Amino acid sequence: MSHLTVSNISKQFDKNEVIKNLAFTVEKNEFVSILGPSGSGKSTIFSLIGGILSPDQGTIHLDHQVINGKRGFISYMPQTPSLLPWRTIVENVLLGQELQGKKEKEAALDMIDIAGLTGYENAYPHELSGGMKQRVSFIRALLSPQSIICLDEPFSALDELTRLDMQKWLLSIWEEHRRTILFVTHNIEEALFLSDRIIVLSNKPSQVAAEFHVPFSRPREESLFLEDEFLEWKRKIYYSLRKAQAPCSAAYGLEHSNRDKGNTVSIAARC
Amino acid sequence: MVKIIAKGWRPLTVLLLLFIVWETVAIKSGVPDWLLPTPTKIFYEGFNGWFNFYPNLLSTIKLSLLGFALGLLIGLLTAILLHLLPFIRESIYPLLIISQNIPIIVLAPLLVIWFGFGLLPKMIVITLVCFFPITVAALDGFKQTSNELKHYMIMAGASNKQLFWKLELPYALPSLFSGLKISATYSVMGAVISEWLGAKEGIGVYMTLASSSFRTDRVFVAIFAIVALSLLFFSIIVLIERWLVRWQLKGAK
Ligand SMILES: Nc1ncnc2c1ncn2[C@@H]1O[C@H](COP(=O)(O)OP(=O)(O)O)[C@@H](O)[C@H]1O
Ligand SMILES: [Mg+2]
Repeated sequence: MSHLTVSNISKQFDKNEVIKNLAFTVEKNEFVSILGPSGSGKSTIFSLIGGILSPDQGTIHLDHQVINGKRGFISYMPQTPSLLPWRTIVENVLLGQELQGKKEKEAALDMIDIAGLTGYENAYPHELSGGMKQRVSFIRALLSPQSIICLDEPFSALDELTRLDMQKWLLSIWEEHRRTILFVTHNIEEALFLSDRIIVLSNKPSQVAAEFHVPFSRPREESLFLEDEFLEWKRKIYYSLRKAQAPCSAAYGLEHSNRDKGNTVSIAARC
Repeated sequence: MVKIIAKGWRPLTVLLLLFIVWETVAIKSGVPDWLLPTPTKIFYEGFNGWFNFYPNLLSTIKLSLLGFALGLLIGLLTAILLHLLPFIRESIYPLLIISQNIPIIVLAPLLVIWFGFGLLPKMIVITLVCFFPITVAALDGFKQTSNELKHYMIMAGASNKQLFWKLELPYALPSLFSGLKISATYSVMGAVISEWLGAKEGIGVYMTLASSSFRTDRVFVAIFAIVALSLLFFSIIVLIERWLVRWQLKGAK
């Protein structure tokens, strides 16, 4: 049995059907990305796995246990750093462990060093840059005792250069300290660079439209971004993502990713 | 310290000027002392009568502190209860507001009739004026807790208890302290009013005796003592706040 098994879950808010018959699995120590445009229900999937919401239908298994509507089984990293402003960095890193009832300060201090935050142990969050805060948020999740880490578009609020640095940094740490990771993103390159496997979501109500095993060997370097094979894969996934969306919603998705980069291109005319 | 002096000299100068104007007007116009004593006479009385006044001051300080502590306890407990049990909040909150519309001066004699001259009616008076700002401030603070942080905590598996102690309470501290500052100054006023109900000593007693014997200078000594005491309590709360909420002060710089 897989480590995480999501079996045919559905969820709707009033009349709004967000997820329908969604099914996928994640193996132990695998890095899996879920790819879909904004509003496709990616965060909702995490709320369901995290137990904040219960699926209307279907089950979620962690190993052999059903975790529908049960909290505390995942470790979580949100889009914003969400550090407690009155806690120092080391106290913030320990929070994830603290909520599960055990604290290992030594391990936290070691990880702060590894994360490149030496000297900031006793600083407060407001003294750190956006990228540094996200590092703290990630090692907080990494040090939590749960066996699976869910990351919800953790780098989408960062500028392009910082994002690239963070992706490289995340990989370097993860390749050393393997854990099971479920990563949500709307960025194809990010998913390709980081993951072992990519799950492409369909148009709403979301289902699995396609699944790709990413063949690049590890450790991966930044130069991968420019390799022909990488670009080919990018094209392949891009078409799959487009196909997964109905004609109009494909344009909608495009418009969204363009808006993220700051230039609003209206493609609505194509519909 | 340097900053306090740098900031404090303006109001101090205004105060000094006010005293000088008061002094000259009182002397020039020949108002009798029992109507309006000059500031120098008031300070003279404060100095000379210190050993007489001192036990009263001490007694009021004790009463205020005790009342403030009780008000803090009840105020906080009320806030926590109303926060954790939203269905109670809707029915109790309006009553709390009504409790603040009852004039204490009217209520005080009733309290004496019901509870006698002991400590209980005094504590009720002080608590009544103290708890409300604390409750309102704490409730506001709890409510303002960032949704983002709350969402993280819940996703990471925090229990309701952990959510309260690790997030909501610390988040409410800055707001809570604005309530504490108000309550701390109110507690002195509350103590003086409660002493009017009947007490052996205290600034309230001293004041009543002074005004009934037309010792206006002593009334002013009492007034200045109340102001000074309120300011002192206020400053102590500010100091505690600076220490507890130091992460925020650093951020402001
Ligand atoms: N708690 C909720 N109540 C009602 N509707 C919701 C709720 N959470 C999400 N939705 C709806 O579900 C859809 C998917 O949202 P979300 O999961 O946040 O998408 P994504 O994370 O992919 O951007 C949106 O249409 C949103 O309006
Ligand atoms: Mg989202």
